[in-house]
Amino acid sequence: MSRSCRARFVLALLAATCISACKRNDDGRTTVRFWAFGREGEEVRALVPEFERRNPDLHVEVEQVPWIAAHEKILTAYVGDALPDAAQMGNTWIPEMAALSALAPLKARIARSKSFDRGDSFAGVWDSNEVGGELWGAPWYVDTRVIYYRTDLIEEAHAPWPPKSWDEWRTAMERVRALSPDHFAILLPIDEWAQVMTLGLQRGAPLLKDGGRRGHFDEPQFRAALAFYTGLFRDGLAPPLDQSGVANLFQQFAEGYFAMFISGPWNLTEMERRLPPEMQTRWATAPMPPPEAGGEYPGTSLAGGASLVVFRGAQQPEGAWRWIEYLSEPAQQAEFFRRAGDLPSRRSAWKVTGLADDPRAAAFLTQLAQVSPAPKVPEWEQIGARLAVATEQVVRGARTADSALAALDADADRILEKRRFLLDRAARLRATERHR
Amino acid sequence: MSAPRTVGGSSAEARAAWWLLSPALLAIGLFFAVPLVAALFLSLTDFDLYGIADLGTVRFVGLGNYTDLLADPRFWRAVKNTLVFAILGGPLTIVAALFGAVLVDSKLARWKGFFRTVYYAPVVTTLVAAAVVWRAFLHPTFGPVNRILSAVGIPGVDWLGNPRWATLAIVSLSVWRTFGYCLVIFVAGLQSIPTSLYEAARLEGAGTWRLTMDITLPLLKPTTFFVAVITSVGLFQIFAEPYVITRGGPLEATTSLALMMYEQGFRWWSLGRAAAIAFLLFVLILAASAIQLAIRRLRPEEG
Amino acid sequence: MPGPPSAIAVDAAGPPRRTAPRQRARLAALAVNGLLIFGAVFTLLPLLWMISASLMPAGEALALPLRWLPSRPTLEHYAALFQRLHLGRAFLNSLFLSLAITAVSLFCNAAAGYAFAKLRFKGRDRLFAFLLATLVVPPQVGVLPLFLEIKSLGLVNSRLGVLVAGIATVFGIFLVRQFALSIPDELLDAARVDGASEMRIFVSVVLPILKPILVTLGVFTFLAAWNDFMWPLVVLTDEAKQTLPVALANLSGEHVQDTELMMAGAVITVLPVLLLFFALQKHYVEGILLGSVKE
Repeated sequence: MSRSCRARFVLALLAATCISACKRNDDGRTTVRFWAFGREGEEVRALVPEFERRNPDLHVEVEQVPWIAAHEKILTAYVGDALPDAAQMGNTWIPEMAALSALAPLKARIARSKSFDRGDSFAGVWDSNEVGGELWGAPWYVDTRVIYYRTDLIEEAHAPWPPKSWDEWRTAMERVRALSPDHFAILLPIDEWAQVMTLGLQRGAPLLKDGGRRGHFDEPQFRAALAFYTGLFRDGLAPPLDQSGVANLFQQFAEGYFAMFISGPWNLTEMERRLPPEMQTRWATAPMPPPEAGGEYPGTSLAGGASLVVFRGAQQPEGAWRWIEYLSEPAQQAEFFRRAGDLPSRRSAWKVTGLADDPRAAAFLTQLAQVSPAPKVPEWEQIGARLAVATEQVVRGARTADSALAALDADADRILEKRRFLLDRAARLRATERHR
Repeated sequence: MSAPRTVGGSSAEARAAWWLLSPALLAIGLFFAVPLVAALFLSLTDFDLYGIADLGTVRFVGLGNYTDLLADPRFWRAVKNTLVFAILGGPLTIVAALFGAVLVDSKLARWKGFFRTVYYAPVVTTLVAAAVVWRAFLHPTFGPVNRILSAVGIPGVDWLGNPRWATLAIVSLSVWRTFGYCLVIFVAGLQSIPTSLYEAARLEGAGTWRLTMDITLPLLKPTTFFVAVITSVGLFQIFAEPYVITRGGPLEATTSLALMMYEQGFRWWSLGRAAAIAFLLFVLILAASAIQLAIRRLRPEEG
Repeated sequence: MPGPPSAIAVDAAGPPRRTAPRQRARLAALAVNGLLIFGAVFTLLPLLWMISASLMPAGEALALPLRWLPSRPTLEHYAALFQRLHLGRAFLNSLFLSLAITAVSLFCNAAAGYAFAKLRFKGRDRLFAFLLATLVVPPQVGVLPLFLEIKSLGLVNSRLGVLVAGIATVFGIFLVRQFALSIPDELLDAARVDGASEMRIFVSVVLPILKPILVTLGVFTFLAAWNDFMWPLVVLTDEAKQTLPVALANLSGEHVQDTELMMAGAVITVLPVLLLFFALQKHYVEGILLGSVKE
């Protein structure tokens, strides 16, 4: 290639690189950028045309992010000033994003808006969006965990069902397992923290202490929960598999490799889709049992779900807000449920979709009356990851429960150190101001 | 090849030189040197997510990050994992590469170019793609590796769920990927040994074994040393394999230092801590290279 | 058949081994070649399985009993990757970025390498030694602050941000310099005597001579840029801008159960670089040897 040819080539490449790095403008309409995760990301796209019909000046660009990368990606975008206008946001991440001042406050907008009716929602749902007296997200769908189980295996084993206490639950598991020795009773992926944390919450374990300044896992309630959990593995009721060790959840459930698993509402439609037709009459859902018989039924489960947020640095805050209002309408929530299987956060949507009458959704309805959120500290994701590791260590026998919990507390303390420092510093500032 | 002349030279030359150097130097300075120095400063602070939101929350902690890390059992576990990767992977790679090089270079070998190409192919294979294949290959129940093992009567190994075997799985990928590169270098090293030496030794009645031990291996020492250093440096920095295949598990058995740095830095945004980990990794690599250099100096090659 | 370059010609025939019986020699040849073939199969097995699995219908790759060949080859996974999962876009991103990085990098490194080799100026050797020393530093050290620097330049989530990290490498400069050392000084002096300016000499006289090493370096750089993982992973947040390795890793996280799909994605990622390597391997190998066996 001659010299000038090469130079031109290089320049053309550079120019093309720069041009493609700039944003496109979309035929005069304003583009609202919206991030959604996993399945929701795929399905929410179907709701865009109607929104654009009602708002001809707006165009919504939906980007789908896999769940596994979502948290990382949001933080990376935050650091890199590359956040979109609005996004789906897991409940447990809202305290974190609020602490970073990444979100736009929504309380005033929600109060003014006709699309919202706070009384129409489930109790704990709005609460998980509130940090420091301000609302940072609008609830989109609710999510909690219940037991999915094989009805035929439970019946065959004459297991006490639905279980009204942890003891009954264990008995049920033992009887089911007795049916077939090389199968298991329940699937609990050992690298997840949601299940053991739920058990801890049911026993009333505080998880953190001093206003979320220190870890408090090494205490009797959580110990008891952990003992129950690890006992299931030790006694062969649950297989020691992690998430990638499960080749195909539905296939193995249908085969009876395990008779129960704990999961959320998205599996209601997934099961209908993925299980063979002869299995469709053989599964159902049940709420979580409380630790003690006669205790409040059902036992507490995790208040999951996602909200819709607008980012503080959004380029199109108005457009983003209109999009969120639209998604929060009962009709849209119902439509979204039909596609994605996520439970609407508004009760009126439950009536519209017939969810209120669906027997399998009934367990969720019951369970939603008893949900607790994860501790509202920004560092919870990180602590949860350490919790998963600690639990895995105990299950695999690499560590005793005592040493694992002590180490977990030390880890949590270290992770929360900055938060302690900042809270104490803020308290000192308030104290000095009071004395002026 | 003429030796570079440094004496003399006109100012026109010097001017042109600086013009020619400036793009590269600018790029290196701006995008390598500056971050390096910044990393040093970063490691002396507790810069984290709070800090990104509000610079006022950042504290200067001096060597605090370093002392915290050195007292953290997780850090030492990552060091141990990294050392295990290097100690397992290094010799395996070198031996496989040397053995392969001897074979390829042998007079009896046919299609040398073809074999060399084949052995080198893994080196250019995208690491992520290879890791994805590895993960499927090593699936405990359905993966081909365990199917083959059970066909010969060995019970299936939990490659990804058992900490010990997971380490081996990661090492195997690394060895597969790098031994071709070492092989090529060894072949060049072998070819630089004069055949006259072999001829002379054979005339004295030496067999293949003697030839290898007394001529080949000693004369390959500089090449072996080079390969050892390159391989170990690469293994110390291992990141993509555990990231894709095991995500650092199980039980953090495959969390290398580079992976730990990535998690602290890009997952939890504890930037100060992550920068400290990176520098400690650097120190580790320097120390390992220095040790290897010292070993080489202590045992000068036989002529 | 391409053979490795070497300064000392190897006598392929060798001295006749009159003492060894012919059968032993044939057995030895069989052993050597047999081992080589065995090694080759072992080395290629993952790649071959990858291709085969990518053509299998869904669920077959990890089914019982083990299959090595698809029962009925299908391109459905490739179709899915290109239509539904936009891997074609990631492919173009990778292609584009790798070409751009190669072009810019060649330009910078060629100029600098020549300057270090043939132009005399004060402090040249010291500067070069200093640059060489920086090769010891692992790339991970600067990744985080470089990210913050990119952010302050507003280049996060832009392809330009990915580009800047790969522009100039000390290894590239080193390679060009090693090669450029062999340019005869007389040639350059003659051009100077003719009145040509230094820049003109570089462009008209030196660059053509440097062509072989530039091809080698180009192949190196392209491969490295194509296979780069951590930096694009960190810089590019937009799915539309991701490169192939990053897209593949994301796919892997999400679709871990769809083995055949993953294998098809891996094939798409690996095939271009393998083809490039096979086509230009002579240059590539020369480059390694030039850059390493030295010292």
